[in-house]
Amino acid sequence: MASTQESPNGTVIPLPHVLLLRYPAHFSHINYPLPDHLFHLLKPWESPLPLDQFVLAHARSAQAVVTTGGISFHADLMSMMPDLRLIVTTSAGLDHIDLAECRRRGIAIACAGDVYSEVVADLAVGLLLDLWRKVSAANRYVRAGRWARDGDFPLGSKLGGKRVGIVGLGSIGTEVAKRLEAFGCIISYNSRKEKPSVSFPFYTDVLDLASNSDALVICCGLTPETHHMINREVMTALGKDGVIVNIGRGAIVDEKEMVQLLVSGELGGAGLDVFENEPHFPQDLIGLDNVVLSPHCAAFTPESFFNMCQLVVGNLEAFFSNKPLLSPVALEEV
Amino acid sequence: MASPSQISIGDALPQVLLLRNLLPFSLINKPLPDDRFHFLRAWESSVPLDEFVLANAQSARAVVTSGGAPVTADLLRMLPDLQFVLTTTAGLNHIDLDECRRRGIAVANAAGVFSEDVAEVAVCLLIDVWRRISAGDRYIRAGRWVGIGAFPLGFKLRGKRVGIVGLGRIGMEVAKRLDAFGCIISYNSRNQKTDIAYPFFPNLRDLASNSDALVICCGLTDETHHMIDKEVMMTLGKEGVIVNIGRGPIIDEKEMVELLVKGELGGAGLDVFENEPDVPKELMGLDNVVMTPHCGALTRESFLTLCELVVGNLEAFFSNRPLLSQVQL
Repeated sequence: MASTQESPNGTVIPLPHVLLLRYPAHFSHINYPLPDHLFHLLKPWESPLPLDQFVLAHARSAQAVVTTGGISFHADLMSMMPDLRLIVTTSAGLDHIDLAECRRRGIAIACAGDVYSEVVADLAVGLLLDLWRKVSAANRYVRAGRWARDGDFPLGSKLGGKRVGIVGLGSIGTEVAKRLEAFGCIISYNSRKEKPSVSFPFYTDVLDLASNSDALVICCGLTPETHHMINREVMTALGKDGVIVNIGRGAIVDEKEMVQLLVSGELGGAGLDVFENEPHFPQDLIGLDNVVLSPHCAAFTPESFFNMCQLVVGNLEAFFSNKPLLSPVALEEV
Repeated sequence: MASPSQISIGDALPQVLLLRNLLPFSLINKPLPDDRFHFLRAWESSVPLDEFVLANAQSARAVVTSGGAPVTADLLRMLPDLQFVLTTTAGLNHIDLDECRRRGIAVANAAGVFSEDVAEVAVCLLIDVWRRISAGDRYIRAGRWVGIGAFPLGFKLRGKRVGIVGLGRIGMEVAKRLDAFGCIISYNSRNQKTDIAYPFFPNLRDLASNSDALVICCGLTDETHHMIDKEVMMTLGKEGVIVNIGRGPIIDEKEMVELLVKGELGGAGLDVFENEPDVPKELMGLDNVVMTPHCGALTRESFLTLCELVVGNLEAFFSNRPLLSQVQL
């Protein structure tokens, strides 16, 4: 593995150090080569040392870190890296990064941009369709031999004309809205701030949004403000015919309350790609026909992985050549 | 069923022969408009249909049928005053159209009522196969989810080439929805549609070789029977997906099953089958197949619309106004 490169005038300069916090599955899944020729990649999983000791031993001078979701990059670990100036994440969310510490130290973050937005939206709409038209449940019915034995399956509910409330009208929420409009759904939304360029009705309060919707699609990020934002009150307002689709983060919804309301029939159904404690999930959901469960894979397609790998390398290249990042996070806004 | 006191009032209301109970009404618990029409409920009688008709329906000017109750030439001959045949289906295979044409009997159907509902299921089946939604749900329920990233990747919809077989009302609604996902639409139909911008393939095999998925939206006729044969499906290929929301016999089901089992066809989303409610057992265990029990049209909303259309057509007929959904014979 090369750790130096030749500069234009012929001198040999060391490759910049980049710490990869975790084995980058996006690259291996699609056989995308790691940029070992451009950067000196520090790979803690190849070492017997625990992560913090590895950082102390090998990564103290690294200026950039690449992290996936699911591994928390907290202030303690960050404090071992005094030269850290950039975090590149492959996750759609930012809840695994200590944003306050980044703000304090002036560390830039390069995020996933809109690499995942369309494929996540595809799945969100698929889950909503499945819930209202009962496709997975119908598939189970047929596979169990019940069509021949028990006759016709219960009626579904048409999407066209339904009121859908998008919680978080960012790039994912916008793609969801675009697709649902083609089905004749009536879109409204709740977001941190109203978007003046958007014509959909805006509700300042997610409870009001729920009262005026037949479904809520959760497309926002997880922050201290959005934690358990979808609570019992909101779900009861959605009602016994109302459904929830969550492709954000499990903890945005009060999962325990949601399960109770689904079991009691006070909430009509749920399509869930994320859970509070993955890969664990409430076992009560297994017995329900009006839920569709997805193993946190909304963002996972070969195409989005390819784009993500390109974006990671592109952001690192930009950073180390003092050019603007391709997908910077505006830290003052998150 | 009419009670003795109702019969005298019933004589003044226009008579409508009902061959069978109307499912659209019963499935959503909507009562028939007995206050406006005198429905002759043939199925409630213990005598055979022809005896019932001869005894009770000689002055009936209208008959309402659903798909399972055929309006044959024999039946039509028993109804000398008949001027209107109304079916609650989009399909017309169960009506002797030649005889209706000969006698100047108007026919109205339910075309267009279900188009959006059926298109929704078509798109859902396609997304389900490409993104493995039902398979993922099974995976989790079976306790197989042990960590993120273990479940096989699905496919993005943008850029996928979808060939619509039969660009009628349903096909257009499917195309409109898939457009919003960024799919690239082309089609095969009996005739090219001059006002449609999607590429037209007169040859079905050419459509298949230029598509990642075929969505079957056409009706079943002698020409379309087994139109999706082994050759078409092999051309679609190992990564290709078929969605059928038309009629089962449009696809050579036996061949399709073999190709799916062998991995020569990438996947299938099926709402219809050759021999419903029987479904090929070999499909039951396949992760890349999603099956629904012919329910593309079955929503509360479509049935409500259908009930309104039935009543609206009857009211129009009996007040000599244009029918709402007349079929050109």
